[in-house]
Amino acid sequence: MSFYKLTHRDYFEALKEGRLMGLKCRECGAYTAPPKVCCDGCGGTGVETVQLSGKGVIKTFTVIRVAPEGLEAPYIVAMAELEEGPWIMGNILDVDPDKAGMDLIGKKVAVDHKVLPPLNYTSGEGVAPVFKIIS
Amino acid sequence: MRKVAIAGVGMTKFGKTDKSLVELFTEAAMEAINGSNIRPRDIQALFVGNCLGDFAEGQANIAGFLASELGLPPWTPATRFEGACATASVAIRDAFMWVASGFYDTVLVGGVEKILHMGTPLATRTFAMASDSKYEEFCGLTFPGVFAMLAHMYAHKYGIPLPVLKERMALVAVKNHKNGAMNPLAQFQKEITVDTVLNSFMVADPLQLFDCCPFSDGAAALVLTTGEKAAKMVDKPVYILGIGQGSAGSLIRQKDYTVMQSRVASARQAYRMAGVGPEDIDVCELHDCFTIAEIVASECLGFFEFGKGSEALENGETAIGGRIPINPSGGLKAKGHPIGATGAAQAYEIVRQLRGECGRRQVDGAKIGMTDTLGGDASTIVNLILGV
Repeated sequence: MSFYKLTHRDYFEALKEGRLMGLKCRECGAYTAPPKVCCDGCGGTGVETVQLSGKGVIKTFTVIRVAPEGLEAPYIVAMAELEEGPWIMGNILDVDPDKAGMDLIGKKVAVDHKVLPPLNYTSGEGVAPVFKIIS
Repeated sequence: MRKVAIAGVGMTKFGKTDKSLVELFTEAAMEAINGSNIRPRDIQALFVGNCLGDFAEGQANIAGFLASELGLPPWTPATRFEGACATASVAIRDAFMWVASGFYDTVLVGGVEKILHMGTPLATRTFAMASDSKYEEFCGLTFPGVFAMLAHMYAHKYGIPLPVLKERMALVAVKNHKNGAMNPLAQFQKEITVDTVLNSFMVADPLQLFDCCPFSDGAAALVLTTGEKAAKMVDKPVYILGIGQGSAGSLIRQKDYTVMQSRVASARQAYRMAGVGPEDIDVCELHDCFTIAEIVASECLGFFEFGKGSEALENGETAIGGRIPINPSGGLKAKGHPIGATGAAQAYEIVRQLRGECGRRQVDGAKIGMTDTLGGDASTIVNLILGV
């Protein structure tokens, strides 16, 4: 018994298979991704699991040049707004970090993924979205 | 609710120390206790903020050890609080409520942090733990990264060319270093120029080293008591007029975080409780962990219209002597940011400003002051309004 329709682990496993999953609210129609126990729009728990288009637009970004322990800089972190409304965070791998500029904002992207082996204090393997620039 | 006052305050010099977490907090606590003209045994409860002691010193569960170190009797409850960089302010809000409610008369509250010996990679990793562990940390998000993305979003949203915004951001650092140079407890007591900022190395585009506050060690503490008792303890009690706290999810839930809803809501609570508005604040210590953070905070607190906060730097509106002096202590940027202590250090500065004890960095005639502390990526925000 769980109150969750979609856990973080379900979400990660789907991403690994190339599917971006989320929730759709039966009450207000809003989409939620990554998953929560309730709708990110209205807080209602009448949500169902749906597959999202995996397309979005870059809203902001940075190039991390001082990395935390366990990672190597430089790399790009960005936030994208999905077609269905939710925002997700991910990395951009197909742009040279030294050439990343304000023109990245507004670029259309498709959601891919990368897998991170367990590190200290990560409670297992991680999966992060990767944004591939499509236009 | 009863009227709550701050009697004594204490703060260590920020920067590197060889003292332990317990010793560091005790230094600040003893100053606050002595400044209240009471004995440690008059303290009925201890509220202590500490964020990363587990990783920094292998010290979890610090509260009881602090009670013992200070000689508090065994019936004194001691509790540790954690709210990332807002840790101490969360503790202050709780301590305030226990006194306001009548449950305790006199309590000790504050915070402590010790980071500098950890080294940048581990410190960066442990700070990043204050973002979302499943949906942000695996992307390699760091705290400079959070505010770097905010700067890009801000420039894009308000149509400010990035080089223009960066110069205005640099003015935040210049102002706060100038103020810090007048604060004997500041980690950095040296003035800098816009060129210092723009020639420093890039940490997370577009934030350069001098756009970022430092890692710091330090502690600060306050004695909170009833208005009635404070008047007997000290010459100049400072009253807690209003207090607010807000919460938010990770950045992806907040979406456009140039307007931090948790901060707007927290400030509104504090203003309403105090019965004042932004125009009544004489001096403010706000959360300038990064230069862009000060600009965004100054808008969320209502000092400037959204999108206009950066222009105010060019006009000197936030300098000492300006319309709304911000971070006369030097702020997190120059005074330092021992994360678990910061909120208490902000309150320390406002108390001393309202008592007129700040020497060259004194804001003349300040009667009402405000603090603003941000934890994580705005997931925890606390505001405090103090008055004499």
